Amino acid sequence: MSHEGTLLFLIAVLPFVGALLPGLMIRAGRTVCAVSTAVPTLLALIMLLVLAPAVLRGEVVQANIDWLPQLGLSASFFLDGLGLLFAAMILGVGLLITLYARFYLSGDDPMGQFYTYLLLFQGAMLGIVISDNILLLLIFWELTSLSSFLLIGYWKHLPEGRQGARMALAVTGSGGLAMIAGMLILGSVVGSYNLTDILQAGDAIRASEWYLPALILILLGAFTKSAQFPFHFWLPHAMAAPTPVSAYLHSATMVKAGVFLMARMWPALAGTDAWFYIVATTGLITMVIGALIALFKDDLKALLAFSTVSHLGLLTMLLGFGTEAAAVAAVFHIINHLTFKAALFMTAGIVDHETHTRDIKRLGGLRHLMPVTFLIGTVAALSMAGIPLFNGFLSKEMMLEEASHTDWFGSPYAVPILATIGALLSVAYSFRFVSHVFLGPKREDYPNAPHDPPFGMWAAPAILAFLVIVIGVAPFLAEGIVTAAANAITGADLHPHLKIWHGVTPALWMSIVAVLGGAVLLTLHRPLDRAWISAPRPEAKPMFDGLVAALVAASRWITDISHNGAISRYLAIFTITSVLLGFAAYSGSGLAMPTRGLLGVPPVIAVGWIMLIVATVSIVVMHHYRFRALTLLGIIGLSISAGFAYLSAPDLALTQISVETVTIMLLLLALHFLPKVTPKESAIGLRIRDGIIALAAGGGVGSLAYAFMMRDIETISDYHIDNSYEGGGGTNVVNVILVDFRGYDTYGEIIVLGIAGLVIYALMHALLDGPAAKRLKNTDYSQDRSRDRHPLMMVVVTRVLMPIALVVGLYIFLRGHNQPGGGFVAGLVVAIALLMQYMASGFAWTQERKKIEYHTMIGLGVLVAGLTGIGAWLLGQPFLTSAYTYVHLPPIEEFELATAMLFDLGVFLTVLGAVMLMLYSLSRIARFAGETVNVTPMDYDPGGYVTDEEAER
Amino acid sequence: MHWIILPVVLPALLAPLIGFVMRHDIVLARTASLAGTAAFFAIALGLTTMAADGATHVYRLGAWPAPFGIILVLDRLSALMVLLTGTLAFIVLVHAIATGWDARGRHFHALFQFQLMGISGAFLTGDVFNLFVFFEVLLIASYGLMIHSGGKERMRAGLQYVIMNLAGSTLFLFALGTLYASTGTLNIADLAARIPEIPAEETALVRVAAILLMIVFAVKAALFPVQFWLPATYANAPAPVAALFAIMTKVGAYAILRVHTTAFGPGVPGTESLAGTWLFPAAIVTIAVGAFGVLGARRLMPLIAFSVVGSMGTLLVSVAAFSTTATTAALYYMIHSTLAAACLFLIADLVVTRRSADTLHPEPATAQNGLFAALFFAAAIAMAGMPPLSGFLGKLLVLDAIRAPGFIGWAWSAILVGSLFTIVGFARAGSALFWKSTAIADPVPQTAVDAAADTPSHATTVQVAPVMLGLIALAALAIFAGPVSAYLDDTSAQLFDRKGYVDAVMDPVEEG
Repeated sequence: MSHEGTLLFLIAVLPFVGALLPGLMIRAGRTVCAVSTAVPTLLALIMLLVLAPAVLRGEVVQANIDWLPQLGLSASFFLDGLGLLFAAMILGVGLLITLYARFYLSGDDPMGQFYTYLLLFQGAMLGIVISDNILLLLIFWELTSLSSFLLIGYWKHLPEGRQGARMALAVTGSGGLAMIAGMLILGSVVGSYNLTDILQAGDAIRASEWYLPALILILLGAFTKSAQFPFHFWLPHAMAAPTPVSAYLHSATMVKAGVFLMARMWPALAGTDAWFYIVATTGLITMVIGALIALFKDDLKALLAFSTVSHLGLLTMLLGFGTEAAAVAAVFHIINHLTFKAALFMTAGIVDHETHTRDIKRLGGLRHLMPVTFLIGTVAALSMAGIPLFNGFLSKEMMLEEASHTDWFGSPYAVPILATIGALLSVAYSFRFVSHVFLGPKREDYPNAPHDPPFGMWAAPAILAFLVIVIGVAPFLAEGIVTAAANAITGADLHPHLKIWHGVTPALWMSIVAVLGGAVLLTLHRPLDRAWISAPRPEAKPMFDGLVAALVAASRWITDISHNGAISRYLAIFTITSVLLGFAAYSGSGLAMPTRGLLGVPPVIAVGWIMLIVATVSIVVMHHYRFRALTLLGIIGLSISAGFAYLSAPDLALTQISVETVTIMLLLLALHFLPKVTPKESAIGLRIRDGIIALAAGGGVGSLAYAFMMRDIETISDYHIDNSYEGGGGTNVVNVILVDFRGYDTYGEIIVLGIAGLVIYALMHALLDGPAAKRLKNTDYSQDRSRDRHPLMMVVVTRVLMPIALVVGLYIFLRGHNQPGGGFVAGLVVAIALLMQYMASGFAWTQERKKIEYHTMIGLGVLVAGLTGIGAWLLGQPFLTSAYTYVHLPPIEEFELATAMLFDLGVFLTVLGAVMLMLYSLSRIARFAGETVNVTPMDYDPGGYVTDEEAER
Repeated sequence: MHWIILPVVLPALLAPLIGFVMRHDIVLARTASLAGTAAFFAIALGLTTMAADGATHVYRLGAWPAPFGIILVLDRLSALMVLLTGTLAFIVLVHAIATGWDARGRHFHALFQFQLMGISGAFLTGDVFNLFVFFEVLLIASYGLMIHSGGKERMRAGLQYVIMNLAGSTLFLFALGTLYASTGTLNIADLAARIPEIPAEETALVRVAAILLMIVFAVKAALFPVQFWLPATYANAPAPVAALFAIMTKVGAYAILRVHTTAFGPGVPGTESLAGTWLFPAAIVTIAVGAFGVLGARRLMPLIAFSVVGSMGTLLVSVAAFSTTATTAALYYMIHSTLAAACLFLIADLVVTRRSADTLHPEPATAQNGLFAALFFAAAIAMAGMPPLSGFLGKLLVLDAIRAPGFIGWAWSAILVGSLFTIVGFARAGSALFWKSTAIADPVPQTAVDAAADTPSHATTVQVAPVMLGLIALAALAIFAGPVSAYLDDTSAQLFDRKGYVDAVMDPVEEG
């Protein structure tokens, strides 16, 4: 990167780096804080001035750093005449505003924050004007919206500030979003996002079929930012910001970003009818409407705001004309507007600051009390009115000159007349600003006794007013920069001459009409004002607020009815979606020919099948009675187990039976604390709807199953069968799959089980700490309880069964690798054996006899399984690689030892622990609900006959 | 090389130790959990470096050859996802510990580690059934985290969450059954090899499986019309958990990318256009659902939750294009939106715990109003896709990637208008929470004791640090967008190199 490029890059970065300073330096005092804001600005300005001579000679300074090449986004900057003009304005006015704000802000305002925001804005704005990449430009564009949002909302306790900030963000933000689309289109038309490339591809762009969409989208961005009709309404509301912000963002710089963009894009987009009619017309309308409203605003800042709208319209119109002379006029007016309008805003701020009001109707006669302010304000206002020897006159003449020979839809008069009216209104409100605020008699009822502010406060507007006169008297001084900027816009080599006297031209006559007419209009202001106030007119703010409120209400409505919390509906939608999409996918292709025939149905199976159907239908009918539903569920589970056994899946059958048993037992225990009957909540219509959905889904799953059961397919399971013994050391391929081929799945699943145990435990604690605990305590469960909770027969039988069950469990565990069984089933069987003890003799009695904590058991199980897997690492094998060997111990037959069994032990422990932890949680709830604790195995002691008799006595 | 399985095994061993050995001492549990998560992050970083060479690393569990055993696959995509998980987990964990959320219920750290295990397992697996298993792990662990510390609303929302996702799991099983019955395998590479061999006119069953799988993943990714569970879940979950859940929706998006690209993806007659056709309109509606939800929100947590829904829409619009460019955009946006959502939830936590509720009504300004406002502002502009954070670049990448006629209009309008709604929604919320509150006079504290007890006054540095870290990550993502997208370009190229994947996995001599 060249030396100049580095400087340019530094200019772009300085404000952002500088933004860190004020927030810290405020701790050293307000003046230090202001200085720390001025320093980066000043540095950037100096660097800019170093670059200026080259740019004025017509060179272009460039800097480029790659950022996101995939997208075509690069941090590239370039400085040409237009960029130089704007950058100088941004930095120069930035300095003046920094000075002004130092005195304007009160001691209560967080000044550090203000200056930080200001510098952020300055950096963003600077970025816009020197970006050489339109995506980069977009980034800065959005950043100005954001920093403007923060600055407008700076006085966050004021509702106007907050609303104005949100409105500005919404309007400029939406424009920015439209512009994103426009820029992306532009980029794809040109094939590059680099401005330099785009500006050279004007013909290709205008010829593209995407020209109009791109133009409209980009103009939307520009118009919203530059407050063009009908998006102008946000700007007056942005005046809720502190006055330095209004002067800086909302008159001098940010609102000109749209104008800048149109100027920047001029070579690429201008020169078509669409451009002329959209841009010039919008500008013209905005100019007139803005000026008209400005005349009737009593708030000084509102008056200036609408005047700004009007002048932005003027600039837009000039750019819309698309001629080179109009471009020159626009550039010149940008400079002139900056000087007088910023000065006026600062004047208004001073008046507000001193008198504590901005209401014109409460002001007047300030000339005597604030002579300096009066002088500055008058100079600036006369320039705004376009009085000769002030700079505003010059550019307004040029504008009228251009307007005078512009044809609009075949009419040569429309534009000149409307332009003259605009100028006339402009004269009127400018004169009003002077006469109603400063002239007239001194009043006695100012809210605060006014006097001229300290030098620091009027210095900045004074400098601007000085410039107004200098340029007004010696316009050739601005020729260099105007030429450079105009050449940058048009790409032509222009040599405009700025001079005061052009001879007697139509523009002069129009100007004379405007000044005289404006003066007359002002004398008629009082009656006109009354008419204006009584006349019905659309107000933007209520309309905007109404629109937002309506959008919010509509959003709320949509969200509320769609997310109403009805899980049954969510599930219905999910099911319908699955069925419909499944069907759609199915319809897109066909099936292979069936390769299997149907099997016959033996009578036993038919009975089982009918039992399954009957039980299922019965559940649907009786599900409100939970106990019955649970019983039926048991029947279904057993039928399915039988089905598995019939279809030669003994492992599945075993697992299913034990899972079924444990589940039903636990559910029964849980049901104790729940209502026994479910209320009927759904209306008949809903039930029919749900029925249809359920049948459709069931039918879908059924036909899917039917479709694939009719077809043979080569699966990977052949490999499993072939390798089960040799590779996995087991003849039960199901078990080998579970603990070896796909041991990792099992590992995951036991962890699921372990987590479930944890979650249930955590849930139980959360419940018992919450309001549910009270309900538990206050519900009388005694009616549900058996009089003999721990019956003798059951206690005796479970005691006898216990060792048998344990041996069975051990057996199932050991044979697992070769025969149906395994750790999972074994764990469940042992769990059932223990569960029975709990049911027979109560939890506390059993609890006393258990040695190992269930938490630990789960943890141990998961760890054992995991460590078994890791063990393979020691031999350099991947996780869960198994090894096995055959051991021969004399009294016993030769048997196998496999690491898979260790893994299975982990499964066993986790299953057992999880089930028992669930039981433990249930019993905690039971004790909470007031269940008594017994320490004896039975409620009555068969050997304690006497005691019992005594008790009865 | 056992590195690949460490992101699963490490938390899987740590979690039982924390849950069952250290459960009586929170300091011990915190230390172990934090150390574990830091190690997880370090491993993820190592894996990313390992994957950066462009090779597809395969880890054969039990030393069984694919497709008969289960395999883990580490490529750039899975490494990236694990790294993202590690980053997020660390940020969230520090927050949970610093704010004391972890002590408000039982087993937070054990569940947290199990959750990490589930997520990384899902990212690393090369087998769809194993994916199902890890979906179960992360579902049950997330349910436990979701209802952490209880409360009526939370329990109710948690029930919906678990029911909806169990329904999704059931469908997952149906889909897997259909897939196995029509292809005879569940290994993704094997599927990729076998499905194209099925005659195009006989692919009905595979198509059904593909679309059902997509719905299953869509449930996780909160895609319309199966997104209904998300807003209530995220809004009622403990805030750090909601922040962690930012990665959970991405599991769904990842699964779509992985399975529907590699197994059913481009170049597979019969299924190649299936996913995109349905995914695209659904994603567009999802953006709208999110936008409406954000603008209409009455409370802060649902507002953020809906913004997550909207971001998933944007992400999946990009995924639905199933092209390398669009996938790069999707991945960039995925990293961004995960971190942005997490930041928002963490800030919301800091703010909401200092207010009476998360309703968007002004209340007297909390301590450090300015700090929270600044953090919220930063995270909100990230989420809404405004510069200078990564959201804007992500949005640009997505917009730029979707240029197919017929898609461009819908996608651009939805994303841009959705952004506007989001911007306005966040502006309204922030204005009510942080600006309007300054206009309300602080009620005189009844007694000094009261005031001290009620308001958890100043946030400590450690409490704010995670949010800051997240925002810094977002800024870094924007600044280093170039190198990041270069990596992502390679990532999507690798993802779409189906043959490379199949070869790496099915190659019998390759050693993991």
